[in-house]
Amino acid sequence: MAEIRAEMVANVWKVVAAEGQQVHDGDTLVILESMKMEIPVLAESDGTLTKLAVAEGDVIQEGDLIAIIG
Amino acid sequence: MLESVLVANRGEIARRVIRTVRAMGIRAIAVYSDADAGLPFVREADEAVLLGPAPPARSYLDIDAVIGAARQAGASAIHPGYGFLAENPAFAARVLAEGLTWIGPPPSAIEQMGDKISARNLMERAGVPVAAGTREPVTDAAAAVAEAGRIGYPVMVKAAAGGGGIGMAAAANPAELRAGFETARSRAERFFGNPAILLERYIEHARHVEIQILGLNDGSVIALGERDCSVQRRHQKVAEETPSPGITPELRDRMQAAAIRAGQAVGYRGAGTVECLVDTAAHDFVFLEMNTRLQVEHPVTELVTGIDLVEQQILIADGRPVSFDPLAITFGGHALELRVYAEDPRRFLPSPGMITDWAEPAGPGIRVDAGYAAGNEVTTFYDPLLAKLCVHRASRAEALGLAAEAVSAFVITGPKTNLPFLAELLASGEFASGDYDTSLIARLRPTPGAQRQ
Repeated sequence: MAEIRAEMVANVWKVVAAEGQQVHDGDTLVILESMKMEIPVLAESDGTLTKLAVAEGDVIQEGDLIAIIG
Repeated sequence: MLESVLVANRGEIARRVIRTVRAMGIRAIAVYSDADAGLPFVREADEAVLLGPAPPARSYLDIDAVIGAARQAGASAIHPGYGFLAENPAFAARVLAEGLTWIGPPPSAIEQMGDKISARNLMERAGVPVAAGTREPVTDAAAAVAEAGRIGYPVMVKAAAGGGGIGMAAAANPAELRAGFETARSRAERFFGNPAILLERYIEHARHVEIQILGLNDGSVIALGERDCSVQRRHQKVAEETPSPGITPELRDRMQAAAIRAGQAVGYRGAGTVECLVDTAAHDFVFLEMNTRLQVEHPVTELVTGIDLVEQQILIADGRPVSFDPLAITFGGHALELRVYAEDPRRFLPSPGMITDWAEPAGPGIRVDAGYAAGNEVTTFYDPLLAKLCVHRASRAEALGLAAEAVSAFVITGPKTNLPFLAELLASGEFASGDYDTSLIARLRPTPGAQRQ
């Protein structure tokens, strides 16, 4: 099981993946936006997206949980 | 003489424009969003008007709010800074229609240069060299692949209405081009509301060198030398210097002559910048785009010429002659600007937050244009530029030495900053040699996976 956490304060611009979906290493899960920059959050392993903890429009802080890949 | 100038911008550029406005004895009016109420530019203006909430669309990009603030404060002129509304021809036209003085070029010049396709075509007709590319918008991936076959790989995919590196991608083959085209088109639509795409032959090992021009009230256009802006990450500038260590006097002369033709072709007035790509192998250049506004990196030109570009913008907009003799411009020494960003120095990811400590370097040859101070919060709403650290010395070697001292003396705590990266840049053999190109940062920082823009 791999937890993916936010590396910075950002707004959640787009949720690309859905809970329960099979994902592969390098797939884009969510796109964050901060300081006029888009930051894709990528899967770092193959597996099932067991939890997606953010929704579009959320403001997230450094360290906040974004997703869990089981 | 103008009685007052409203500065329709924020952060370091608002503060820098306000400094000159006040030095000219003109009343300076700031506008600000809720998020920026505590920033130095608000305090340093003679008067400040709240525009609205933090999101740019509801404050700095809200034309009605800016015009309303100008009426409320009795402003006689508007200076747009850079970014936000600076290159919006509808805003410029509105300012003029309201009977205010617009401190910028004619709206028609902004419009002609704003679309990269029409600008390329216009420049080609004016005898300014352009890269091989498309003369009409490219509408789908198949058409892009066909055009690239004619132009030759590698090609650069660009949003016609783009800027800031958004919606740009280089492609070395049809597969990369199809992917780059779709990404560029969706970004172009989202960021600029215009999906038009163009292709241009991509020059590898290029330097990004731009010419500062001023269009005067007698209709003449003059050039004020170049700025080398080849140190870039994500197609955005990190360090700029003048003179460029990568061009010869002969190439500089040709570039300045072309930049003057570019300005004349659109009836330019005020300060503008003609951006070019220099092919270091061929010792030749092509037109990239024209920025119809004051440039972020204008201080390096000011340092070597002794000319205050904001003062010239204001004088020209007010119908007056510039403060120097256009036939006797002199260039002295070497100037370097380093952009201090709120971002981590490894991967360049944004790092907003509360600034707990802030101490700027100072001394002979050092100029700091800063937007923030201790106690200010850097928010996620705006770009990550905190300050511009500029140095001016007799030689490039001395300028680099002073810059390294100044970087180590600059203290910012709270948000992560790229100051450690700037120190690394100054210490790198490639930058120190002067023989570098736009892929310098990519070589210093091999691409991390999560950073595709």
